[in-house]
Order: sequence, then C-alpha cells, then structure tokens
Amino acid sequence: MSTLTETKPADAVDPSTYVDEPIVKKFIIATVVWGAVGMLVGVILALQLAWWPANLNLPFTTFGRLRPLHTNAVIFAFAGNFIFSGMYYSVPRLTKAPMLSKALSNFHFWGWQAIIVSAAITLPLGLTQGKEYAELIWPIDIAIAVVWVAFAINFFGSLAKRKVKHMYVALWFYMSMIITIAVLHIFNSLALPATLTRSYPIYAGMTDALVQWWYGHNAVGFLLTTPILGLMYYFLPKSVNRPVYSYRLSIIHFWALVFIYIWAGPHHLLYSGLPDWAQTLGMVFSVALIAPSWGGMLNGLLTLRGAWDRLRTDPIVKFWAVAVSFYGMSTFEGPMMSIRAVNSLSHYTDWTIGHVHSGALGWVGMAAFAMLYYLVPKLWKNKLHSESLATTHFWLATIGIVLYIVAMWAAGITQGLMWRAVDETGSLQYGNFMDTVLQLMPFYWIRLVGGLMFLGGTLIMAWNLYMTAKSAPSSASAATAK
Amino acid sequence: MSSNGTQEHWHRRLLEGKSALFAIVTTVGISIGGIAEIIPMYTVAAGPEVIAEVTPYTQLELAGRDIYVREGCYNCHSQMVRPFRDETLRYNGPWSRAGEYAYDRPFQLGSRRIGPDLHRVGGKWPDAWHYEHMKDPRQTSPGSIMPPYPWLFDSKVDVADIQASVSAMKTLGVPYTDDDVANTGKAMAEQAAGIVTNLKGSNIDAEPDLEIIALIAYLQRLGVDGKKALASRDEAPPASIAIDESGTTTADSDGAQ
Repeated sequence: MSTLTETKPADAVDPSTYVDEPIVKKFIIATVVWGAVGMLVGVILALQLAWWPANLNLPFTTFGRLRPLHTNAVIFAFAGNFIFSGMYYSVPRLTKAPMLSKALSNFHFWGWQAIIVSAAITLPLGLTQGKEYAELIWPIDIAIAVVWVAFAINFFGSLAKRKVKHMYVALWFYMSMIITIAVLHIFNSLALPATLTRSYPIYAGMTDALVQWWYGHNAVGFLLTTPILGLMYYFLPKSVNRPVYSYRLSIIHFWALVFIYIWAGPHHLLYSGLPDWAQTLGMVFSVALIAPSWGGMLNGLLTLRGAWDRLRTDPIVKFWAVAVSFYGMSTFEGPMMSIRAVNSLSHYTDWTIGHVHSGALGWVGMAAFAMLYYLVPKLWKNKLHSESLATTHFWLATIGIVLYIVAMWAAGITQGLMWRAVDETGSLQYGNFMDTVLQLMPFYWIRLVGGLMFLGGTLIMAWNLYMTAKSAPSSASAATAK
Repeated sequence: MSSNGTQEHWHRRLLEGKSALFAIVTTVGISIGGIAEIIPMYTVAAGPEVIAEVTPYTQLELAGRDIYVREGCYNCHSQMVRPFRDETLRYNGPWSRAGEYAYDRPFQLGSRRIGPDLHRVGGKWPDAWHYEHMKDPRQTSPGSIMPPYPWLFDSKVDVADIQASVSAMKTLGVPYTDDDVANTGKAMAEQAAGIVTNLKGSNIDAEPDLEIIALIAYLQRLGVDGKKALASRDEAPPASIAIDESGTTTADSDGAQ
C-alpha cells in the first residue's frame, strides 16, 4: 500500500531547458496525421468487407494489399510516433538532462517518417514479405534496423548522462521496448534477398511460423504494451497530480511482463502442426500473462484514486480511465482466447479482430489521445481550443469501440459456431462456406459505423489540436507579422 | 540522492541506479522464452516431423506462390486444416501436418478465414474453375465478397525473376539442382502448357505465360503431397477422414451451389 513520493515524476528545474520541444512537436504532428491515415484505411477495409465493389477493381486498392498498410500504419506510424513523442518529452524530464544528440533525434524522426512513406508506397504495389506485421521488404527492414539503432544510442546515451541517479519506472518500460523490438525485428527479418524487392526467410514452414508469431505477439507486447505502460507511468500521475499507487507492484509486474510475454507467441498456432510442447508452453504463459497485465492495470486505475471526481470534467482523465480499463479487458480476453478450448472456436474468426481492436483502439488509441490533449496545450503554450470538442471526441471514440468490438464478438462467435455445426447424420450443417460469410454482413456494417465514429473522433481531435496550436500566442504573433 | 540507506528497496539499490546492468538483465529476461521455444525446432526429437513424400514446389508453382504472397491472399485465407472433424469434412482432407510446410518460405498459415481454408484446395476444382473464380468470384461462388483479380490475366510472369527465386531457395537449402535453376524457363513452359490444355478443354484460351496460369499451378499443388503421403500411412485414418471419403458431396459444396 505504500506510495513512495519518489515514484512521482517531479520537475525541480525548468524542464524547457533540456526538453527538445521541436522534436516532440514533430512527433506529435506525425502521430495525429498517421493516426488519421491509418484509421481511414481501416474504415475503407471495413467497407470492402461489407461491400466488395469498394475494392475498386484495381490491384493497389484490394483488401489483400491494403490490410497490411492499415496494420503497419496504425502500429508503426500511429503508435510508433505516439510512443516517440511521449518519450522525447518524458525522458529528458526523468533524467534531468537533454537527449544525447539532437542530430540523432532528428535522424530518428525523419528516418522513421521515410520508412512510413516507403511502406505506404510499397505495400499497395504488392511488395511484401508476406509475414503479418512484418510485411515490409528487406531494404526497408534494414532501414528500420538502422533508425532503431540510432534511437537506441540516443536513449541509452541519455540514460548514461542522466542527472537523476535512480531511473523512474517509465524508463524501465521504454528500455524493454527498445531492446526487445530490436531483437524481434532482426531475428524475424533474417532473409535471403532474391531480387531488390523480394526475399525469402531463412526459416521454413512451421519454424517460420513460430519465429513470426514470437515476433508478432511481442510486437504487441513490447510496442503496443510496455512503452504505453511507461507513458502511463509518466503521464497519468502527471495528469491527475497524484503519485503512482504502488512502487512494489510496478517492480513485480514489470519483470513478470519482461519474462513471460516472450513465451506467448505459439498461442497463435494452437491446433497447427507446431509440436504440442510448444503449443502448450504458449498457452500456459499466455494465461499467466493475466497477472502482470492486471498488475499494470490496477496500478494505473488505483493511481486515479482520489481523482475520480475529475473523471466527470477532465477529458484527459476520461481518456486515461477508459484506456486503462480497455487494457484490463483485452488482457483478460487474450489469455482466455489462448486456452485451447476457447481458441478452437475463436481462431480464424472476427473475434480475433475484435480483440486486437480493443487493445489497439481502446488501450493504445485512448492513451494516445490522453497524452495528446495533455501535451499539445503545454507545448504550444495555449489553452485547449475546446474542452467540449474533446469530450465529444471521447464519447464518439468510446461508443465507436464498443460498437466495433460487440459486432466482432457477435460475428466471430456466430461464424465459429456455424463452421463446427454438424447435423444428426454427421454432415456439416453449413457445408457451403458462403452461408457463414453472408451471415456476417449486418455485423460488418455495424463495425463500419463503429470505425467511422472512431475516425470521426480522431478528426475532431486533429481539428481541436490544430486550432490550439494555431491560436497559440507565439504562432499568432508570427501570423500577424506576415 | 536517497540517504535512507538500509531502508532502500533492493530493486532501487541494485538496479535502478545502473542503466547498463538494468539493460543486461532485461535482455536476458526477454531472451529466455524465445531461445527455449525456437532452438528445439531445429532438433529432430522436438522439432516438426519430416514427411519424405513432400517435395519442393516446381518453378511455375513457386512463381504462383510469389503472386499469392504479393496479393496478400493470406489476409483472408488460411492454409491450415485443424484437427477437428468439421474441418476435415469441410476441407476434404486430413488435418495439416508440420512436415507439409517444409518448403513454405514464408509460411502462409494465415490468421483469419474471411474466405475458406486453402490447404487442401489442390485438386479440388478443375483449372477452369480457378480461372473463372479469379476473374469473377461471384460466377463460381455466388455471394462471394472476394474482389476480382483482372490484372492476373494481363500481366506476364518474368522467367528471369523466377530464376532468381529458385536460385535463392536453393541457397537456403531447398533441394533444387543447378539444372532446376538453369531450366526454370523450360520447366515453367512445360507445366504451363498442361494447364493451357486443360483450360482449352473448357473453351478457355489463355497465354501460357500469364500470371493466372502460375497461380493456378500453385493452388493445384496445395496440400497434395501431404494428402497422398498421409493416405498411404499404415496408421488407421481418424474417423473424420473416413467419413469425408463418402460424404464428399455434402461437404464439398462450398461455392458451387
């Protein structure tokens, strides 16, 4: 129960002397722009599933080529830039020292954006490695490794130069991301190029699948989870001006996440040809993950203790509360879906899609919005343009996610049950696969509505933040000077 | 700086002040699971079983596979029949074994079945069915939400490009010979001619070097080796497969109303 005051981030010196605000601003703009793009592509995909002519009869716009663009844009462009903007803001404040090198920070920013643009060009062209969430072709993979190493040097160099002896918990989580993503990306991308745009993995078949899901699930673990938890440990206490609930809990759940997450990959391969021992390990560790995940959720929610009154008025607190709640929900759902018996129903259905989105929209998205509404007024030194628009965004996003997830639960369970339905003569009740597809159409339209609401909320936020920055004192005087 | 000496939590004392040590412990922590799961895959005892009858894709099939990957077919189609009665019934064949994927780089198991599983699609339909289906999915499968792929009927397969693929696969250890690499064009033409002949039987005129021909070659190969190998095994097939043999017409109707 002890709450150590040291665990609350405190700024004694004027932080603006060591925070590189221009780089944080750049990453923030990239977060908002790519977030909107990634979600827009998602909405197009949702439409394509409900109404196939939206594939437009063109190679570049078919579902098979656009879906990787959506996943890459949301994971690496939206979540990536979100994480980086939060880190470039919080790391110097936690170390009380500037980042190691402004040049490296800028190289990181422009390199990352160049990678995103090249992804946006190559994926619709059908240039892909054909591994989920690792589709980018080998020259881009090398660029990712180079930019990531530059980022790592900048981060660890900053830690080495820090003026605060003890590293605050947020820094542990950032560190685990940088190390793990480097290891995952490098080993999963090992391939032999056949041409300038095509390569084949050094792993074959089932081993390739295992390596890919070791990567894939831990991209979820160490890109969409641990760094966001790090940001939560910085921005949530800051936003409500309260110390982190439990220091000891943060230690336990950090190390448990670091050790356990990495084993969970094989739950994507249950009932496959993967050897049974590996499937069982994946299932057991996935179930075990619920403990450290809920440790993080509880630490976040309980930090809000005593600030619950602000839930009614402060959009930032609203976004954090829902983000942490969705984190708790999806980290309960995930372990459950990793149990073989549940997985036999849920696998290959839309339930998985719903699960991913409760994490990506509910946890990552809402946390990003909370941070953006906190940071933009601070950095542009202006009051938020409109609190009521932020509240509108909150409700659009929340209702949008709920519609999305409920539609996918219903679609997934419906189709899963139809696939396995056998009549009394022992033959399939829905032998025509198409019957199980057409049954999903109403859910696909509901999902589209949910997605549109979420995208609409994001666009409202973009406008709100733009107006906040535009009417800021400094830029206003610059505008009148023109 | 904390001055409360012995009161200090061990974690704070031992790790939080030492960023390099913290990074090393973290690296060890995240490495154990991956090492424990991936390394045994390369051992005979713990790794995936080997099925000797499964042989590498032909050059034309490899070209078709590249097209399958390029179009992102894995985003909607799995290649993994799970060991359930309803799946062996629906997908006309035994459940998928690890050894069947020995030459799959990258693997294409998929994660969502927006359309049906394709691991046993080889031999299920005539070539002409695939030709029509890729041109207009709703013609063969009423109600389908799959987009048409008209460009596969215009674009041609580049032999030099496929030769590079065969050569790279050989380097990776796929048992192709130097002759296989050198004769890529010839082998492709021979296999394509067979498909063109089949299509002609259905009154379809197609150029042998079109991408659609390569894709058909790949689809018709899917799961065929494994199915044959598993059928000739001594062990009695699971009841589900026996039912499948007699119940083909009821289970086999998807898309062909």
